[in-house]
Amino acid sequence: MARRENPEINAGSMADIAFLLLIFFLVTTTMDVDSGISKKLAEKPPADYDPPKIKEKNLFQISINRNNELFVDGDVMELKDLKAAATKFIDNGGGIGNPVNGVPGKACDYCAGDKSETSSDHPNKAIISIESDRATEYGTYVTVQNELLGAYSDLRNKLCQKKYGMSFSELEKSYIDSGRKDESLKSKIVDIKSSYPQIITDLDPTGTK
Amino acid sequence: MSKFKKKKKGQPAISTASLPDIVFMLLFFFMVITVMRKNDLKIDAPRLPSATEVKKLEHKSLVSTIYVGKAKDKGKYGSSYNRIQLNDKIATPDDVPAFILNEREKVSDAEIPFMTTSIKADKESNVGTLTDIRLKLRDVNALKLSLSTQKGSSISK
Repeated sequence: MARRENPEINAGSMADIAFLLLIFFLVTTTMDVDSGISKKLAEKPPADYDPPKIKEKNLFQISINRNNELFVDGDVMELKDLKAAATKFIDNGGGIGNPVNGVPGKACDYCAGDKSETSSDHPNKAIISIESDRATEYGTYVTVQNELLGAYSDLRNKLCQKKYGMSFSELEKSYIDSGRKDESLKSKIVDIKSSYPQIITDLDPTGTK
Repeated sequence: MSKFKKKKKGQPAISTASLPDIVFMLLFFFMVITVMRKNDLKIDAPRLPSATEVKKLEHKSLVSTIYVGKAKDKGKYGSSYNRIQLNDKIATPDDVPAFILNEREKVSDAEIPFMTTSIKADKESNVGTLTDIRLKLRDVNALKLSLSTQKGSSISK
């Protein structure tokens, strides 16, 4: 008997099948990485918690009403002016700061503000509080947060440029590129961060539920 | 003249034998980078607010997402922008602690402090809803929060 040869399987349609799968994955893939404004919530205060007394000049009060209008320290303000006002407030440096690690507080020697008596004493004493109505639009709220973070990052970049010759975002990036291992970069980041700590508090909203 | 005659011969067909290989290579690339959405959206895809000072969310497995927006099923849930979706259900802020505790069971104990809650809320939703969620998150000590945004500036200067 003649042995029959196995006929070769035709692989011509393999490309079609692969294309079909390829197009499916092409369509379902989303390339974007999730990104957002990160916030760290405060821990729940104990029941008998007595809030510390804060001088009014160290407080930057922002309130947003239900028509998405902004009031800063009692005056109406437009969103586009918020960043400049916040920067001015944080960078004022008109007095003595909080003690850090047991070292008594001293005047802010890196602040470029006008050292006004009626504005904040020191960046580590400057507190920004946001109060918003329950009916405020989330978009406006996020924009306000974004402007405040922008003010902080501008100040940090400026100080970092002066001290270490590169901007803070470059510094952070090179720290991450080093695999988060470079201790000298880390200490620089900690130094800049503690020079301008982000102190933003959210008050409980006003308005009826 | 023979020189010119040679040229008239048709060029040989390009071999397509390696086409499947190329296509497979692309296919594997896309298969590897694809992340399938875990659950169906019961709300209209939120139109995220835009911001510039954003941080990327790393470690996808440590992120639990809460959606806020307008429900697709308007007959049942109305057309307000304040519906909260947890997993694949429309829920209330009271369900948030259970959701977070459930998410915590999926990761090891050492990683729990690094868990982040990402809130994807529509820009027309209300701050009140966000506050309700925030208070509930604070109750269960889920303190890392990320307000999901898209890149871009929302202020016209």
